[in-house]
Amino acid sequence: MKHLLSIGDLTRDSALDLLDEADRFKAALLGREVRKLPTLRGRTVMTVFFENSTRTRASFEVAGKWMSADVINVSASTSSVRKGESLRDTAATLHAIGADALIVRHPSSGAPRQVARWTAEMAPDGVAPAVINAGDGTHEHPTQALLDALTLRDRLGGFEGRRVGIVGDIVHSRVARSNALLLTMLGAEVVLIAPPTLMPLGADGWGVTVAHDLDSELPGLDAVMMLRVQAERMRGGFFPSAREYAIRYGLNETRRRMLPEQAVILHPGPMLRGMEIGYSVADSPQAAPLQQVANGVHVRMAVLFRLLVGEQADA
Amino acid sequence: MTTVLITGTRPYGEGDPVDVLIEDGVITRIVPAGTLEATPDAAGDGPGAEVIEAAGTVLLPGFVDMHTHLREPGREDAETVRSGSAAAARGGYTAVFAMANTDPVADTAVVTDHVYAQGRTVGLVDVHPVGAVTKGLAGAELAEMGVMAASTASVRLFSDDGHCVADPLIMRRALEYARGLDVLIAQHAEEPRLTEGAVAHEGPTAARLGLAGWPRAAEESIVIRDALLARDAGARVHICHASTAGTVELIRWAKGQGIDITAEVTPHHLMLDDARLETYDGIFRVNPPLREASDAEALRAALAEGVVDCVATDHAPHAAQDKCCEFSQARPGMLGLETALGVVAQTMVGPGLLDWRGVAAVMSERPARITGLPDHGRPIGVGETANLTVVDPDSAWTVRGAELASIADNTPYEELTLPARVRATLLRGRVTCVDGKVRAH
Ligand SMILES: [Zn+2]
Repeated sequence: MKHLLSIGDLTRDSALDLLDEADRFKAALLGREVRKLPTLRGRTVMTVFFENSTRTRASFEVAGKWMSADVINVSASTSSVRKGESLRDTAATLHAIGADALIVRHPSSGAPRQVARWTAEMAPDGVAPAVINAGDGTHEHPTQALLDALTLRDRLGGFEGRRVGIVGDIVHSRVARSNALLLTMLGAEVVLIAPPTLMPLGADGWGVTVAHDLDSELPGLDAVMMLRVQAERMRGGFFPSAREYAIRYGLNETRRRMLPEQAVILHPGPMLRGMEIGYSVADSPQAAPLQQVANGVHVRMAVLFRLLVGEQADA
Repeated sequence: MTTVLITGTRPYGEGDPVDVLIEDGVITRIVPAGTLEATPDAAGDGPGAEVIEAAGTVLLPGFVDMHTHLREPGREDAETVRSGSAAAARGGYTAVFAMANTDPVADTAVVTDHVYAQGRTVGLVDVHPVGAVTKGLAGAELAEMGVMAASTASVRLFSDDGHCVADPLIMRRALEYARGLDVLIAQHAEEPRLTEGAVAHEGPTAARLGLAGWPRAAEESIVIRDALLARDAGARVHICHASTAGTVELIRWAKGQGIDITAEVTPHHLMLDDARLETYDGIFRVNPPLREASDAEALRAALAEGVVDCVATDHAPHAAQDKCCEFSQARPGMLGLETALGVVAQTMVGPGLLDWRGVAAVMSERPARITGLPDHGRPIGVGETANLTVVDPDSAWTVRGAELASIADNTPYEELTLPARVRATLLRGRVTCVDGKVRAH
């Protein structure tokens, strides 16, 4: 694995290996007062965020630092882009500076893949940085899917025969895309639940089930993943109102009780309480938002380790 | 007197090889190959005479492109009338229609006459400026179509291409007004509300890649609306760059109703589909977008059948920085003039969908007839104006953007080997290009 741009870059085995690796990092750090491993000493990891996301950036930053990498945050959204520098120029500059890994978040779908291609073209010696997609447009967010999968494995013990509902603004959600790909690859059944206006065209060809009625699905779910609805979508006519959305698709207390008792509730955050998810639901024992955050660091450590150190060092 | 002798060629690829003698811009003799060699005068030993040895070639009427973006005035860093004319000559074209979405927009005779004059100065291809349908391509008020039609450039084709004339009332008035001038409206069929933010064909590929989708219905709803408006107005309408299987069926229906509608298809919509977007390379961003393989197949069949009338390149040069960027930021458009014949040969002639007479029909005769050009797209015969293209059907060539005559290099066929290279192009008997070398005036 050279880059992590899409869940499609993973096989079932390499995905499971990343989850196991994340568990090993978690175990290695357990109970330590100083959470510092020498794994990536001397390596330079750059987070390049063309779009703000405090939690994702912080998670990658902590992951790098706990492995002793030099982590540098490049605020691409405020500096180079405003000066009219192209994405290709930015990629060239960061490559020339000598990054071992570029963690790219970008509002345009595919931008991290383009960065990977351009930096490879610029590297006459063939040594180009590993690129990690930290969320691109409405395409994918593979590390989020991995941390969700790790959380589900913690809670449910495995994936085979488990049924996971992904609810809400699926068409605009990179989290939904990556999760649908990963969870089906790992053997879970995935049901996408949204009004047709928020359902991607051809989703029925993704090896998932498509549904529009949340209530009838809830009793059969082992996990429900609530998605973020961006405020700007509410004016686009995707659904009549925030109120109607909350009534039809919000995970309120009544709906929580329709879920099996052991079912897990996930949310990539930040949560819109009261609309996407009820106030008390988010704090219920079934909800796992903080476990998701903690797992995020371990998963990102695993990804950085696999990309920068590779498989052979594992032996 | 200029004399050119083309030896050993076969008009439309049919019959025995012939020698074609051209004197002062007119075809004067077509005789069995080898006959003219005995007569030094006729073989062109006089001043300005030239022999093009063309054994194994196919002789076709010079190609006519109804849909070219020359970018002058305004974006001379991407293309100029001069560089675009050179690309046209190398591609076998003798006439091109230069779209109106320049900066300033060609919505007045000042701009159309300027483009026309530049074309005359360069002299490699007849450059016919297209006039805007509405002022500033804004879709709100009709441009002065009558003044442009009566100007030096004698504008015959009007289009807001790049934009759709989306307001149904404005489109109705434009068609009615055009009928009174006996000019043609060419519509870029794209319902703008259905394509807000769209960067790729709305389908499984775009959904998976997370690219905002441009639905087929955005094109088809305008096609059927305009067919009905043309029917009511008793006017002609031409559909630019038809891209969907549904559009084909709507045009078939409209023609069956006796509606005066014509349509073009681009080489890239004949050959490419949205599977190309996998790499997010902005080179493949085009408007209308590359559709699915089934659409391309329907378009090839429709062109073979004549439901879609002709091939038009939608040659759209863009500066490198406008293409080498995020896919969603890339400007839509692709180069087309130099590669059009190769793509048509590959997709239509190779599989037996068209013979060379059919190629002459879709690349020369029909576009000339639709746009009303009197001396282009004519049969190859004695007494006809020598607007001609000599094609070597057996020569394969590898496309390299940097080697094309256009200033821009945004070809979607980079490193692809295409068949059927143009050996020579003649504009009114004058050789404008031979073996890839352009002959300046
Ligand atoms: Zn157009």
